[in-house]
Amino acid sequence: MDFGPLGLAVATLPCALPAVRVPVSSGQALGACRLAWEQKAELVALWVTDDRDRDAGFCLRIVLRDDAGFALIEHALPDASAQFPDLSPLYPAANRMQRAAFDLCGVASEAEDQRPWLWMAAWPIDRFPLQRDFAPSPKWEPGEENYTFVRVEGDGVHEIPVGPVHAGIIEPGHFRFQIVGEKVLRLEERLGYVHKGIEKRFEAFGVADGYRLAGRVSGDSTVAYATAYAEAAEALAGLAVPPRAQWLRALALERERIANHLGDLGYLGNDGGFAFGLAQFSRLKEDVLRVNAAAFGHRFMMDYVVPGGVAAPLDPVHAIGLRTQCTALARELATLREIYDEHAGLQDRFRNCGVVTPRLAATLGLTGLAGRASGQARDLRCDFLRPPYDTVLPKKAGRTDGDVAARVSVRFDEVAESLRLVRAIVDGMPDGDHAAPLPPVPPHRTGLGCVEGWRGPVLVALEAGPDGHIRRCHPHDPSWQNWPVIEHAVIGNIVPDFPLINKSFNLSYSGHDL
Amino acid sequence: MLQILRQIAKTGIKTEPAPAPADDAVVAARLQQDIVRVLGRALTIRQVDAGSCNGCELEIHALGNPYYNLEGLGIRFVASPRHADMLLVTGPVSKHMAIALRRTYDATPDPKLVVAVGDCGCNGGIFGASYATLGGVASVIPVDATVPGCPPTPTALLRGILAAITAHAPPVTPDTEADATSPPDAGQNASSGA
Repeated sequence: MDFGPLGLAVATLPCALPAVRVPVSSGQALGACRLAWEQKAELVALWVTDDRDRDAGFCLRIVLRDDAGFALIEHALPDASAQFPDLSPLYPAANRMQRAAFDLCGVASEAEDQRPWLWMAAWPIDRFPLQRDFAPSPKWEPGEENYTFVRVEGDGVHEIPVGPVHAGIIEPGHFRFQIVGEKVLRLEERLGYVHKGIEKRFEAFGVADGYRLAGRVSGDSTVAYATAYAEAAEALAGLAVPPRAQWLRALALERERIANHLGDLGYLGNDGGFAFGLAQFSRLKEDVLRVNAAAFGHRFMMDYVVPGGVAAPLDPVHAIGLRTQCTALARELATLREIYDEHAGLQDRFRNCGVVTPRLAATLGLTGLAGRASGQARDLRCDFLRPPYDTVLPKKAGRTDGDVAARVSVRFDEVAESLRLVRAIVDGMPDGDHAAPLPPVPPHRTGLGCVEGWRGPVLVALEAGPDGHIRRCHPHDPSWQNWPVIEHAVIGNIVPDFPLINKSFNLSYSGHDL
Repeated sequence: MLQILRQIAKTGIKTEPAPAPADDAVVAARLQQDIVRVLGRALTIRQVDAGSCNGCELEIHALGNPYYNLEGLGIRFVASPRHADMLLVTGPVSKHMAIALRRTYDATPDPKLVVAVGDCGCNGGIFGASYATLGGVASVIPVDATVPGCPPTPTALLRGILAAITAHAPPVTPDTEADATSPPDAGQNASSGA
């Protein structure tokens, strides 16, 4: 992004990827975002920090990215009454991020939509958990809010409320359908049920330990979050991790992608009425998890990635096991893909279902795996080549159909590619240490870590305090961008196709609700 | 179709024997008997995510795969608490889920067994008790058994479920022993999952 036309000075930003910091004064924030938007930059994250204890008021932080790298726009706000500009006309996904920023930090945007987003009456509406002087009271009881859903009116229109407790084994959230007959006229999501106060909780951790909490923001992406967190800490500390550690992290990240994609392919078959697919893919996923447990000490590789490297070296015997398994899996995958592709009933459910056109995807900012199924060809592993990806050269998957079939197809392509990558990484793994000690992290600077998790780009922004504690940590899940798109993807589809469409995105609730 | 059948034949039966409960005193067959003795039929479970990171859910899902073959043991996940004998609850209980969890419990008929799953479900885990979390399932509803772990493995989950059943079972008498040997069919033939 070129901020030259606005005469803005840019500074370097601690980050393993190309990144700049762009401090803006009041009145320039919207201009800077508009300029980036005109240059096809996409919105990655938006959050607010309370720096009043350092006499710096509040600070609105916006991360944007384009093909050249990341930009962190920092907009200082004198106090909580200062509103910040509404970015949702440029970036619709900003709507919920802005509302969440108010719920947690008490600084509002100028947007018309001021409904709460993460607030659900569990604490007083005029208290803000991420303000420095926030003091929770044991007297606060869980309450019920009265959220204003948008209603559709007309002959034969009725409403179906679903959740937060769903029929299946999935995370809680509320969906409000407005339907006529079986056809969905409108869907409105209400999320926030699994809000655990993660950002506040980070403040109780030291920088060296926060990776454990980061690895539990969204359990299915534990490697991605722990890696993003570790990279943010290392960028702040100026630590270059040993090459072998980088390769081992990539190995774990690809294993995480394989396990999740296999699981999704099984459930997508099941939701399409093909139980055979679930039995087969859940078996393959279990095989992957068992080998993970042997090689990395944990089925999901939780706490494997740590600041400075990884927790344990990889035993050469296990390395061979990983390689052998991937060869066998690739064969099984090819068989199952052929079965899926040739199953008329399944393809009938998948095709033209839950369509997000490339144009809509670009407008709404659809990202990650779902974005790549709708012509948004971005993948951090390929766009910013770093070790080991600069050696093993991942191939980017992509479709333009934007339907459930396209998201299934991208998963098949990505699993196949990740199976190749695991083998290439095992073969090319450099010798050396698997970790280096993390030097002290300087206080009051923001560092970024961002990696392509299986769902999409996972970002962690980290700031240390003077005593080595975490002062502020903001984890950002790609689900923030993609949840609102599901509301569009289901329009005109029938209600029974919703579970299939929802599963084809498979977004995180925990990673979003924080 | 031929290819599907070939794949099924090639895959074969992957189901492994169920684990013995923690004290190793009772074997898998006996656990099925306990289910039958306590409930007189298959065990039905309603899973409730009360603020989990989704890690526990991944392992609960794994219980259904052909290796663990939960349904083969006569245990089934159901869509409504009204159909459930047991609630399997994960998460530190976010305050936002507390009311929904309480209502789910109220809607569950007896014996209303509750298993708190994962370190979070047991005591709040890494999230603890905060402005947003209550610090464990027992802070909202009575808990019969706990399964620690982050997340607990499918085997640990199975042990926990069976421990809750066993703890709830009336003592074995010659009468009940006789009953349990001719149960309604809740055993291996119920469903193979595929």
